[in-house]
Amino acid sequence: MSTLEIRNLHVTVETPEGTKEILKGVDLTINSGETHAIMGPNGSGKSTLAYSVAGHPKYEITEGSVTLDGEDVLEMSVDERAKAGLFLAMQYPVEVPGVSVSNFLRTAKTAIDGEAPKLRTWVKDVKGAMENLRMDPSFGERGVNEGFSGGEKKRHEILQMELLQPKIAVLDETDSGLDVDALRIVSEGVNRAKENTGLGIMLITHYTRILRYIKPDHVHVFVNGRVAEQGGPELAERLEAEGYDRYLANA
Amino acid sequence: MTVTDHTQATADAAHSHGVIPDKSRADRVVSFDVDAFPVPTGREENWRFSAVRDLRSLFADEAADGHLEWTTSDLPEGVTLTQVPADEARERTVREPGDRASAVAVKHAGGAMALTIAANTVVDEPITIDLHGTGGDVRGHLLVELGQSAEATVVVNRTGTARYSELVSIDLKDNAGLNLVLLQQWDEDAVHAGEVLARLGRDSRLRGTVVTLGGKVVRLNTSAAFAGEGASVDLFGLYFADSGQHQEHQLFVDHAVPKCTSRVTYKGALAGKTARSVWIGDVLIRAAAEGTDTYELNRNLVLTDGARADSVPNLEIETGEIEGAGHASATGRFDEEQMFYLRSRGISEEQARKLVVRGFFADLIHEIGVPAVEESLMRQIDLEIAHVEEELEHE
Repeated sequence: MSTLEIRNLHVTVETPEGTKEILKGVDLTINSGETHAIMGPNGSGKSTLAYSVAGHPKYEITEGSVTLDGEDVLEMSVDERAKAGLFLAMQYPVEVPGVSVSNFLRTAKTAIDGEAPKLRTWVKDVKGAMENLRMDPSFGERGVNEGFSGGEKKRHEILQMELLQPKIAVLDETDSGLDVDALRIVSEGVNRAKENTGLGIMLITHYTRILRYIKPDHVHVFVNGRVAEQGGPELAERLEAEGYDRYLANA
Repeated sequence: MTVTDHTQATADAAHSHGVIPDKSRADRVVSFDVDAFPVPTGREENWRFSAVRDLRSLFADEAADGHLEWTTSDLPEGVTLTQVPADEARERTVREPGDRASAVAVKHAGGAMALTIAANTVVDEPITIDLHGTGGDVRGHLLVELGQSAEATVVVNRTGTARYSELVSIDLKDNAGLNLVLLQQWDEDAVHAGEVLARLGRDSRLRGTVVTLGGKVVRLNTSAAFAGEGASVDLFGLYFADSGQHQEHQLFVDHAVPKCTSRVTYKGALAGKTARSVWIGDVLIRAAAEGTDTYELNRNLVLTDGARADSVPNLEIETGEIEGAGHASATGRFDEEQMFYLRSRGISEEQARKLVVRGFFADLIHEIGVPAVEESLMRQIDLEIAHVEEELEHE
């Protein structure tokens, strides 16, 4: 049982117009086995929350705390956070030319576990995970995200999540840009990881469509750098019907 | 068609076009006469990025006292390595030298060593020549000659130290195929200026790979000239400059006849405040060279502050009747987003840097086609990266 606890998180970024505060006091607690949907209009700070938790150097934490099972996440380097059990599925995964997917996966698994995986079971695990995500075996020989389509990039993110087995995963708009078939495949992967490992999920999305495939336990509406409202799955249904206008009028 | 890709060019990089004060690249002086070339000052077009001060002893028109130790793999039937007297050596060189260092090298080398592969001889195993310097000034002249339809791989590996200048002449008769690998793995105080001149007969194929990792100053000028139709040249280069190293690679591909293909692909990494690299790639498509297909590419990866990479592609086209002609040059900083991506998967900063740099060079290394060299190079690059880590710690 793990808990990611975000308390009063304030985050700034440097822009050409000067320092800008993006997160203005975020409170959020995610436990193992829970799925929290973070929904909100563009520019509300959803991605900033994801990248701040993962430790991207662009974002400066000015106030507040993030802990995983009581450990101070903000004190950890980016790779230490991953080793502690955090995972970020990125909206725009980065190309790393010349580094094959299979080499990358094995290197990451070795780093996370602190030892190289047993070759035979590892090959089987990778093969199985790729089959589940309808990825061709030749995928392993391609450069990381090199020339991948949008859908391939997202499936590759979920593949990593299934193999690295984090405690808490942040999915940053994993659904955007996917057609229904790809969305279903990716959602199955998320649900599988949750079922197999009791993963806790922070599901960041702009659209309600993914919530037909991944059932959230909690829904948080994110507006202007903080949680404006929270509730159960019914809140998502209301958002689907009404959109975000109600919140934006007040913002 | 000219394709120019300037993605990621940064302030550290100069990428200028068509800086050719000569009327044409073809008009440069070539001569066996040392006096045809004034002592370079660094203001000349072909020396303006060079470490002229460190190269000075290579310009002196006087006898040199040192030598390189030669170790050669067993030569199979049809392959000979012989000493050739000076007059004959000049006679068998494919073109006259193109600069003073090269002319001095020929004049004072005391003749040439000639590696000759007889017509129709196909050599399966790589022929390796290890050249080891034990200090002092050394002048060299090497002839590599392949008869009609001969095929071979030749690896020349330079180690140790010297103030070395040389001319390497490559003569490919019709339909010959040569895979030539020149490894500069000198000690850190070596100074090396080399001119590599290739003449390609009809339907011949040259793959030339240059790997420059060692030495204080290395300056290699490679020229390939097509003498017959249907020939192709692939020139690959890989370099890694640390603090105190100056690595310069100039290339000139002369499309003088129709239907030839050239590809130039050079990649370099730089680490350390005074690391310096220069790449100048000239391609000339003469009026007669219809059906030419050429592309040249240079990429530089700047790993630390202060390093400087100059990259200058020049394309001269005298006929429109070509298949394709293009170039790309890009010099990029180490990509922080790549680092973040890898590290967010638990991979340490050091390991992530290693992956990115290895990935950057991977496709080039696989082009060498000599497994033992490829493996050794990957290890060398790992050592270079380990060295970068030390540099970063001192910052």
